Amino acid sequence: MKKIVIKLNGETRYTHVEPNDTLLDILRDNLGATSVKSGCERGDCGACAVLLQGESVRSCLIFAVEADGQAVETIEGMSKDRKMSDLQTAFHEKNAFQCGFCAPGTIISTVELLKENPQPEKAEIQEAIAGNLCRCTGYSTIIDTVKEFSEKK
Amino acid sequence: MKKEYTNIGKSALRIDGKEKLSGAAIYTDDIDFGPNLLYAEIVESPYAHAIIKNIDYSEALKVPEVITVVTGKDFPYQFGLYMKDRHIFPQKKVRFVGEQVAAVVARCPKVARRAAKLVKVEYEELEAVISQIDAAEDKPKTIVHEDLGNYWHVPWFFPRANTNIAHWRKIRKGEPDKAFKGAAYILDDTYNVPRYSHCPIEIHVAVGKYDLSGRLTIWASSQSPHTQRHVFAEALAPLGLKHGNIRVIAPHVGGGFGAKAGVTMEILAAAIATKVPGNPVKVLWTREREFYNTYQRLGVQARLKIGVDKTGKILALHHELLWDAGAYVEYGANVVNAVGLSAIGPYKIDNVSIDSVCIYTNLPPGGAYRGFGYSEFLFGLESHMTRIAKHLGLDPIAIRRVNAIKEGDTTAYGAKMNPNGLHKAIEAVEKEIDWYGKHTTNNPNKVIGKGFSLLWKAPAMPPNASSACFLKFNEDASINLLVSGMDIGQGYLTVMAQIAGEILGVPTSKIRSENPDTDRNPYEWQTVASHITWSSGNAVKKAAIDARNQIFDLIVRTKYLPKDELYLEDEKVKCHTNPNFELALKDFVVDGIQTKDGTYKGGPILGKGTFLPEFSTTKSNPETGQGGHPNVHYTVGAAAMIMEIDKNTGKIKILKAVEAIDCGKAINPDLVNGQIVGGLVQGLATVLYEDMRYSEKGKLLNPNFTDYKIPTAKDIPDVIVPIIVEVPQPDGPFGARGMGEHTMLPAAPMVANAVEDALGVRITSMPITAEKVIMTMIKEGKYKD
Repeated sequence: MKKIVIKLNGETRYTHVEPNDTLLDILRDNLGATSVKSGCERGDCGACAVLLQGESVRSCLIFAVEADGQAVETIEGMSKDRKMSDLQTAFHEKNAFQCGFCAPGTIISTVELLKENPQPEKAEIQEAIAGNLCRCTGYSTIIDTVKEFSEKK
Repeated sequence: MKKEYTNIGKSALRIDGKEKLSGAAIYTDDIDFGPNLLYAEIVESPYAHAIIKNIDYSEALKVPEVITVVTGKDFPYQFGLYMKDRHIFPQKKVRFVGEQVAAVVARCPKVARRAAKLVKVEYEELEAVISQIDAAEDKPKTIVHEDLGNYWHVPWFFPRANTNIAHWRKIRKGEPDKAFKGAAYILDDTYNVPRYSHCPIEIHVAVGKYDLSGRLTIWASSQSPHTQRHVFAEALAPLGLKHGNIRVIAPHVGGGFGAKAGVTMEILAAAIATKVPGNPVKVLWTREREFYNTYQRLGVQARLKIGVDKTGKILALHHELLWDAGAYVEYGANVVNAVGLSAIGPYKIDNVSIDSVCIYTNLPPGGAYRGFGYSEFLFGLESHMTRIAKHLGLDPIAIRRVNAIKEGDTTAYGAKMNPNGLHKAIEAVEKEIDWYGKHTTNNPNKVIGKGFSLLWKAPAMPPNASSACFLKFNEDASINLLVSGMDIGQGYLTVMAQIAGEILGVPTSKIRSENPDTDRNPYEWQTVASHITWSSGNAVKKAAIDARNQIFDLIVRTKYLPKDELYLEDEKVKCHTNPNFELALKDFVVDGIQTKDGTYKGGPILGKGTFLPEFSTTKSNPETGQGGHPNVHYTVGAAAMIMEIDKNTGKIKILKAVEAIDCGKAINPDLVNGQIVGGLVQGLATVLYEDMRYSEKGKLLNPNFTDYKIPTAKDIPDVIVPIIVEVPQPDGPFGARGMGEHTMLPAAPMVANAVEDALGVRITSMPITAEKVIMTMIKEGKYKD
């Protein structure tokens, strides 16, 4: 067991990890960030996407020890003053989710996209979320929501 | 004057939205079960068919932190939904690759996985039967279930002992042989549809806890909490467990699509828990297992013969469907049954013979999958209709208009067709896709094709499938709605809130409803069959009317106003004949109303409602299928697409797809549109991308998202236009009927029809990949380098 430190949504958190624990394992089991979902454990589905040092990664493909000393952001950290972020609210208003299981990962990918490219074209949105599998929505509402949201900003 | 609706027909915000988008939503695997939690890891069969000679788990038991190992000897109990053909662990032999033969229970998942590898199972391999065509022989070389003749099953199944035929649904109507003789044209061909996997992004998970008082609680990602409780109670009855001792709690579900209906792996959590009292035990599937050890969509080979007159009117239909139902058919046999009843499609046909045959094979169990068999038979039927039109020189839409079923026409089994907007849907799609317009491309390597398809589907349910609702007011006139349908993403709970809010004059946002706990929420059969808006919606409406009656009665008792003149609006009681009167619900729905003498009347308002379709029956002649009323109603629709195909590579790009569905009344139009778009993409995936590949030995070769491709955001049509048609269902809540599954149905035939339109080749097997398009063109000499 090794003690590591992670800045999770702005808060310094310490935890003990095994060498083969993934970042996904410890976010869910040790640090209570259950919005980070496990869907395939091999990097295919994107349900476990988080921001590591500001860049989206699949937390199932990263060992926890690799994240030692780094900042991790999940959607648990997006609400401010007891209100969801504008992006989350846009997803709600436009029904850009159904079962909700892939939504956290998709929102993480969207946050990263809009940071780098505040006015993305449709194809750029499709590319940015192509690593987040959704079986419910057929993606159209998600793409439209992100497009509309970015145009309003 | 008809009152405008306040909640119905409005795209109210989903009541579960903030939970799901803020990170608050708790799915089964998110629950903290505390320090006593155990993990079970199964030992899988490497063979598709083999006798279990011996299981030696002594080495596994020596691993520290391993608590116990369980096998079939611990649980010699049968279970199943419509036919009890399964055991919790197989008793004498395994019947598919990946089947559980034992489970190791340990304190830590990694220890359980390691120890499971130490379990030595000795097998005697038997010949496996992989093709349903081989399995269907009268005297098959391999029999998958020797005890078929002894299994309990519902009365509407007809298994044949000493064969692999688990059920044979026959429909005989009119005189098809005679009618075929008078046909101007007969098209007779065979279509093949492979198996498919649901692929919810949330993998199956179930946690069982048998506490020290003897109560068994199961948390599961589930579409069917009450049905699961029932199946657990039946299976575990020898242990003294009854419905009253068992509780199923269903948190949020990360997608279902039929995969989480009935009971599959959840039985392991329930059973294993009884061996480790006081400790919760988690059974968490992997993505691989999600593919091969839950349900899969059944495969089918369908021979279809249709005879028409010169105008395209269908004179007779013969449909013979041979289903690869897999190793256990306790749920899948009802898919076969449903198709047997409905394989005429949405057409008026007087002379019909249908044979829908459920065949055991040594592949994973087939079961419910969004569409419940209708996607599979519509691939052939709707391909056929376009081919017949082409032969007769008719437009594909025109031939469908000639034959489209209308209210009052007789179905295949003799009951009358319900009111429906099929012709309206055809017209709406025809217009939106600009069917007769010129669709061209400037790219010389590409060709344009257009495809059309109708759809229909009925809920497949036992005739006594019921729903129930409790409704309670809180002090602020907010409402808790207790129902037991599952919000699996479709927005069910929001729709139920809209129904209750409409009756009670309360905004949808003030109504709270959560996925159920069978100890606290009233009965619901299952969230399947696209029946839940209709059935549970009726129960909710009745509960709200019951609560409204209590409110009005209390006002009559205390304010002496005429009951018939009272109404609810803006969270208040008002009176038509006394405009000065109004009383806020929050002032009395819990506390009651104080009268002049200082006493209070009334008390907490609690509504209840139940619904059971009392007209439904499965009693019919087994040789003809005539006489019953097995289906409560059909939902119909139409769809069309314009695609662009690369002549050199066969790659298909869908430029525009349109789908119109008659949902009776769209209680929440945004959610209906969401179903249409999402379902259509799932349907397109089955025809364009997905395909389960098995080895000759019955092993699934592509159980992951790298090799079994589900669509990404880049793999969708450029434009999808959902269209809502509303011809009310007389017995539906506000006229609503189901539409969730239907959205997938037209995708595959529409693609096949558009490919033929573009390239002149007819593909009769799914999927229709780029590779298959080109291979077919080469075979038919139509490929030009």
